Amino acid sequence: MLEGLMLGLSAAVTPFNLMMVVFGCIIGTLIGMLPGLGPMSIIAIMIPVAIGMGDPTAALILLSGVYYGAIFGGSTSSILLNAPGVAGTVASSFDGYPMARKGQAGKALTIAAIASFAGGTIGAILLMIFAPALSSVALLFHSAEYFALMVVGLSAIAAFAGTGQVAKALMMTLLGLILGTFGEGALSNTPRFTFGMMELQAGFSFITLAMAMFALPEALFLVMNPSRAAQGDSGKIDNMRISRAEARSIAPVIGRQSLQGFFIGVLPGAGATIASFLGYAVERNLATKEEQAEFGHGSIKGLAAPETANNAACTGSFVPLLTLGIPGSGTTAILLGALLALNVTPGPRLMIDEPDVFWAVIISMYIGNLVLLILNLPLIPYIAKILTIPRTYLIPFILFFTLMGSYLGQNNATELLILVGFGVIATILRFADYPLAPLLIGFILGTMLENNFARAMQLYDGFGFIFDRPMTMGLLVLAALLVFLPSFRSYRARKRAEGVADGD
Amino acid sequence: MALDRWIALAFIAFCCVYGYAAFFTMDQSLPPILQRNPIWPSTFPKILAVLGIVVGLVVLFTPTPPKTDADAKPKDGAIDLTRLGDYHIVQAAALLALMVAYALTLRPLGFLGSTVGFLVIGALILGERKLHILIPVAVIAAGSIWYLVQEVLGIFLRPLPAMFM
Repeated sequence: MLEGLMLGLSAAVTPFNLMMVVFGCIIGTLIGMLPGLGPMSIIAIMIPVAIGMGDPTAALILLSGVYYGAIFGGSTSSILLNAPGVAGTVASSFDGYPMARKGQAGKALTIAAIASFAGGTIGAILLMIFAPALSSVALLFHSAEYFALMVVGLSAIAAFAGTGQVAKALMMTLLGLILGTFGEGALSNTPRFTFGMMELQAGFSFITLAMAMFALPEALFLVMNPSRAAQGDSGKIDNMRISRAEARSIAPVIGRQSLQGFFIGVLPGAGATIASFLGYAVERNLATKEEQAEFGHGSIKGLAAPETANNAACTGSFVPLLTLGIPGSGTTAILLGALLALNVTPGPRLMIDEPDVFWAVIISMYIGNLVLLILNLPLIPYIAKILTIPRTYLIPFILFFTLMGSYLGQNNATELLILVGFGVIATILRFADYPLAPLLIGFILGTMLENNFARAMQLYDGFGFIFDRPMTMGLLVLAALLVFLPSFRSYRARKRAEGVADGD
Repeated sequence: MALDRWIALAFIAFCCVYGYAAFFTMDQSLPPILQRNPIWPSTFPKILAVLGIVVGLVVLFTPTPPKTDADAKPKDGAIDLTRLGDYHIVQAAALLALMVAYALTLRPLGFLGSTVGFLVIGALILGERKLHILIPVAVIAAGSIWYLVQEVLGIFLRPLPAMFM
């Protein structure tokens, strides 16, 4: 391993490659901050630049710098504007945005930067240790298990929605899954539910849906209720320090979530989104009673958990890409495309055939994380200036960026009408206190869920795979438990409140 | 009936339509070769439609939990439906209409024209009156974003009305 590290160091630490890391991080942060432009679109946009360089090591270093920068930029806009451009940072806005509204935006951004740095760095160490070993574990998973694993992920998301909300969250998850079936069907490529419209052939775009679910309702609420924006002085960033007690309280969170996030990230299909949501849920359950009450109202633990987990998971998602050649997420899928164009085939032989590429990427992850920390901590007050813009200017610009984000993804004006339509629906749903994150996650996982389901059905010629594979069965039972336990508990709580004795 | 139950009802109706489409309209057009497959394009939607109706009914018929002290206090910054009249609904609706107008004029008017129009009218709707600041800001913003997207990112955006280009 040491030999490899030295090889990686010599390949990565050249002035040109270091410049690429810095350049990638800056571009990623700046574009990632704009609501709606997530790492996927930024990397896709940067691919022509990377391929133009011709050197696979430099290209991959640039692209991973962009990736990290975009994730960090995404959390900045989650915290300051409650407009996550990336699904992986949705959980960061749960506690980051309330902190910003309480006037602790500086502290929130510092925690985010430190948690991201720790998650990314610990993730990179784990990647170095586990990449060879984990490939054999991931190989045990077949499509039946992937299907079951995604069902577990979706149920976990619904289950963490809170008491009395489980059914509503499930309803939103199902709505997301249903929206995901529009467009082309699994394995057959026959269009369905397109009503003969060409624009629906490819299904709804994730970016449009994400904008409509988060950025648009938030902007509309800002319009409808001006006092909402005035509450708290979130624009002022004077206190960026975190106290020693706070550092001590988030340290174990960061430690746990780096590990958990990394391992979730390794599993294809799971990735940063599920890692951040699960990280948030787990930390909320582990916290003490009074800390639990703070979650959702600006808890530092609630911010550190998803921030650490999503960065660790981003690093983890490189494991299947580099060792198996299977992309674990949309972003790594785009990276896979770029690598193939550069004549590098990721897979088990990558470490043998082109060790310099493999190790240079790992080294560049350390450098990228360090650059992000050095770059972002001093720049935070300037980044946050975005909030001192008067709302008469800010709101039209937010609306314009949501429009642009969904337009650039598809280059199609119909997409904008879909955006407005979904935005109105999402605003009504928010009025009725329906959680919107499950909808989006159901939508993202829907296609993958159906594809794996279809593959398992084909292999076993029917539903037999559930009973033939104990691991699938176990995961599905776990999913059922996750849904039913909270509903059962709230049922009992209700009965008790009505004066009905529980038991017998 | 509370708004969340109306939504549940609408969701059930949506699932019924979706389920009807999945159960009765999709399978006829399936080629015979695909019919021997254990999974059809309609299989997954059928499962989803049934699950959706079940969950929708659960939401519809779950009794509202009795009000506790925590519920009685309005949540910090949350939208309170009973005060709907106090909100600037008209402004929000006007902005939505403006977004639709932007979608419709983006191609015919060109990016620069429609974007400047969108930003200026949007700010006017929100009560901005300093046109001597607003218009230059909108023009510079639209111009620089167009330059970034077109020249740096390489995505084509038609800058001027269709008749000039």
